[in-house]
Amino acid sequence: MRITYVRAAGRAFGFCLALVCAFGIQLATAAGMDLPTALGQLPTASFEDKSVIIRGLALSHPKGSRELLQAMLDGHVAVRENDKKVFIVSDDPAGYALTDPLTDKSAGTGSADDFDTVGMNNHLRKALRAALAQFDLSSPDAAVRSAAVTEMLRSIDDTTAPILQGQLAHEQDSQVRRLIKEGLALADLDDSLPAPRRLAAIQALSGSLNPDVYNRLVSLADPASDADPAVRGAAAKAMTRIESWRSFYGAIETLFFGFSLGSVLVLAAIGLAITFGVMGVINMAHGELMMLGAYTVYVMQLILPGHPGTSTVIAVPAAFLISGGVGVLIERGVVRFLYGRPLETLLATFGISLILQQLARDVFTANNRPVESPTWMSGLWQINGALSITYNRLVIVLFTVVVFGALQMVLKRTRLGLEVRAVAQNRAMARAMGIRSQWVDAMTFGLGSGIAGVAGVALSQLTNVGPNLGQSYIVDSFMVVVFGGVGNLWGTMIGGMSLGIINKLLEPYAGAVLGKIIVLVALILFIQRRPRGIFPQKGRAAEA
Amino acid sequence: MNSSARPVLLFSGLDRRGRIFLSVLATLAILVLFLNKVIPASSSLHLSTYTVGLLGKYMCYAMLAMAVDLIWGYCGILSLGHSAFFTLGGYAMGMYLMREIGTRGVYGDPVLPDFMVFLNWKSLPWYWHGFNMFWFAALMVMIVPGLLALVFGWLAFRSRVTGVYLSIITQALTYALMLAFFRNDMGFGGNNGFTDFKDILGFDLTHDATHLTLFLITAIALGLSYVVCSYIVASRAGRVIKAIRDAESRARFIGFRVESYKLWVFVFSAVLAGIAGSLYVPQVGIINPSEFQPVNSIEVVIWVAIGGRGTLYGAVVGALLVNLAQTFFTSAFPELWLYALGAMFVLVTLFLPQGVTGLLAQLRRRQPRPVARAA
Repeated sequence: MRITYVRAAGRAFGFCLALVCAFGIQLATAAGMDLPTALGQLPTASFEDKSVIIRGLALSHPKGSRELLQAMLDGHVAVRENDKKVFIVSDDPAGYALTDPLTDKSAGTGSADDFDTVGMNNHLRKALRAALAQFDLSSPDAAVRSAAVTEMLRSIDDTTAPILQGQLAHEQDSQVRRLIKEGLALADLDDSLPAPRRLAAIQALSGSLNPDVYNRLVSLADPASDADPAVRGAAAKAMTRIESWRSFYGAIETLFFGFSLGSVLVLAAIGLAITFGVMGVINMAHGELMMLGAYTVYVMQLILPGHPGTSTVIAVPAAFLISGGVGVLIERGVVRFLYGRPLETLLATFGISLILQQLARDVFTANNRPVESPTWMSGLWQINGALSITYNRLVIVLFTVVVFGALQMVLKRTRLGLEVRAVAQNRAMARAMGIRSQWVDAMTFGLGSGIAGVAGVALSQLTNVGPNLGQSYIVDSFMVVVFGGVGNLWGTMIGGMSLGIINKLLEPYAGAVLGKIIVLVALILFIQRRPRGIFPQKGRAAEA
Repeated sequence: MNSSARPVLLFSGLDRRGRIFLSVLATLAILVLFLNKVIPASSSLHLSTYTVGLLGKYMCYAMLAMAVDLIWGYCGILSLGHSAFFTLGGYAMGMYLMREIGTRGVYGDPVLPDFMVFLNWKSLPWYWHGFNMFWFAALMVMIVPGLLALVFGWLAFRSRVTGVYLSIITQALTYALMLAFFRNDMGFGGNNGFTDFKDILGFDLTHDATHLTLFLITAIALGLSYVVCSYIVASRAGRVIKAIRDAESRARFIGFRVESYKLWVFVFSAVLAGIAGSLYVPQVGIINPSEFQPVNSIEVVIWVAIGGRGTLYGAVVGALLVNLAQTFFTSAFPELWLYALGAMFVLVTLFLPQGVTGLLAQLRRRQPRPVARAA
C-alpha cells in the first residue's frame, strides 16, 4: 500500500513535472506578459526567468517593451537597490541618467553605486535579438520586416522557426515572404536533420534565385559531400533547375541591356534621321550638338547647385533650345547653300564639328566635366536574386520612348510636321502648294538638332561629358540611320534597338570590341543586300 | 593631249600642266638635296634632316591625297575610309621593319617582335611569316589594301551602294579596322602599334643619309604616281570613269560596265594609298591603330577639296598646303589650329568648289582681259 502510494506519488510527481515542464515551455512560447509585471519580476529573476520575461514581452509586445529589450541587450538596464525599481540608464557625469521604462520619461540621475545592472549572458542576448526581430516583424515597413527576418534567420532554432512560420501566414509583402520561406528551407537543409525533411526543403528551394541557396545546393550536390544519395540527387536536380532560371533571367537582363544601349543609339540617331531623311543632308556636326546638350546639363547644375534632379529636368528643354538654335544657325549659315550637294554638306558640317569641339575645349577645358545624377536615377531595382536593373538605364529607355512619341506627334499631328513631310516627299510640289520650303528646311534642321541636344542630356547621365562625347557616337548613329532606312522614324527605332540588342547578345561570346566589329562588318554586308535599309523610302523621292 | 601619237614614252602622255608639275617636283627634290647636303648646317638656309623627314611625310600624304582625288575627283566615289588602305600598307611595311629588328629588340628574341614576347606568345602567327623578306613585304603593301578594296568594292558597287551611303560604310570600314587593330590578340601590337625600328634593307634608320634617300624615293614615287594616274585618266577608261561621275545611269545605259570600272579604279587607288603608307612608316618611325581614325580619312578629303579636285596636282598642292599650315599653326597658335581647319572645311566647300588651283586658273583666265582691252 505504502509502496503503491509512493509509486503513485512518484507518478503524480512525474506527471506534475511533465505538466510543469510542458506548461513551462508553453509559458515560454505562448504566454504574454505586460510591462509592469515584467518590471516587477526582473530585479529578482534568474537567467531562466529572464528568458521567460523576454519571450513574454516579445509575444504581447506592450508599449515601451521594445525600448526595454533593446536597453537590456545593450546592458543599459539597472535596478535601484533601495526600492528595486527598474530603470533604463545611460552614462551621465553624475553617474546614470535614468529613464522610467513604463512612462519613457526621464527620472533624474543617480549614482552608479546605487544600482545593479541587470545581468545578461550570451543565451539571453540571442533571445533578445530574436525578440527584437520579432517586434520588427510587426512593423508596417517591409524593409524593417525583411531586416528582422534576416536577423532571426541568423539564429534560427526551434523557437524562432514557428514565429517565422506564423509571420508567413499573414505576411503580405512577397519579398519578405520569399525571404522567410527561403530561410526556413535553408535551415532545414542542415546536416543533422532527417533526409525527408531535407528533401522537402530542397523541393521548396528549387525555385529560389538567392545566391546563398545556390551555393548551399552546389555544396550539397557535390559528389564528395557526405549527404544522403537521395538528398544529393535532389540537390543536383534543384541546382540545374535554378541554373536554367538563372540563365533565363540572364537572358532577360541581356535583353534589357540591349534595349538600353539601343535607346541610346536611337536617341543619338533619330535627329540625324530627320535631317537626312527629310533634307538628304548628312550632318556630321550632329555629335557635337549632342555634346552641347550634355554641357547644358553641366551648366544647369552649376546654376542650380544641389538640385541635380531639377536641373537635369530643366536641362531637357534648355538643351533642345540651345542645340536647336545652333542647328538653325548652321542651316541658315552653311547648309542652305549646299543643297543638292550632299558630299559637300558632309565636309562643311564636319568642319563645323571641329570648330564646336575646339570651342568646347576652350570654354570647358579638355577635361571631362562632372555631372551629377538625380537621386531617382541612381540605384538598383533588385527584381530577384538573379535580375536587377539600374534605374538610370530604365529612365533612359522610358525617356527614349517619350522623345520618340513626341517626335511622332510633331510629325503626324502638327502643321509643321505636315509641311515637313510634304517637303520630304516632293519639294517642288510642296513649294507649288505654297509651303515655304526654306523655312521648313530651317525648322527641320532645328528640330533634328534639338533632338540631338535632348539626346545629349540623356548621354550626360551615362558617359563622360567632354569635348569628344559626340565623336564616339557619330559612327554608331550613322549606322543606325543607314540600317533603319532613311525618312522613317520607325526604321530608326527598330534599327537602333536591334543593333543595341545584337551588340549586347554578342558581347558575352566575343567581348565588347570584337562584338562591335562583328556588328559593323555585318552592317556593311547588310547594306549590300539592302542598300536603302530595312525600311526603304518608296516612290519617286527615293530616286532623287 | 597626244598620248596616242607617241605611246612609247610614258611622259609624252602628259599635258603641259603635268610637265610643269613634274618639273616643280624635281626642282623641289634637288633643292632639298642641295640645301641639306651642300649648305653648311651653320647657314640659315640649311635644311635640317628633321625638315627633310617632314617634307617626306607630306609627300606620302600627297600620294594618299592623289589616290583619293582619283576616285573622288574623277569617279565621284567619296571614300571616307582611305586612311584604312594607307595604314594597312604602313602596317605591312611595319611588319617587315619589326622583323628586321631581330635580336636588337629589348627582349632580344631572334624571331618574335618585342610585343609578342611581352604578351608571352610562343611562336609567330601565320600571317607574320614571310615578312622577314623585303620583297614579300613590298608585295603585301600592295596586295593587302588592294584585296580589301577588291572585296569591299565588289560588294558595294555590285549592289549599287552610292553617294553618302557609300561614304558612310567606308567610314564604318576604317572604324571597324581601328577597333580591331586596337586589340592585342590581333597580333599587331595593340594600341602601341610598331615602333623602335632599326634599319631598312640594312640601312640604319637613324642615319641622315637613309632619311634623305627615303625622301628622294618618296618624291620619285609621287612623280611616278602622278604619271600613272594622269595616264589612267587620259585613257579611254579614264573618260568612261568621268562619264560615270557625271551621269552614272547614262553611262550604264550606253553599255559600259559601270561596276567594273568603278571597282578597278577603286582598287588601284587603294594600292596607291597602301604604297604611300609603306613609304610613310619608315620615315616617321611609328605606326599605330589611331591612323585608322575616321577623322584622318576625312582630313584627306579636305586636302583634295582645298587643292582642287579632279586635277591630281591639286590634291598634291592641297595636301602640302594644309600640312604646312598645320605645322605652322600647331607651333605658333596650337589652340587655333582646329578652328582654322574647321573654317577651311566650311569656306572651301562654300566658296571654292574648285579649290585653290581652280581659283588660280580662274584668275589667270580673267587676267588677259584688261590686257586685251589695253591693246
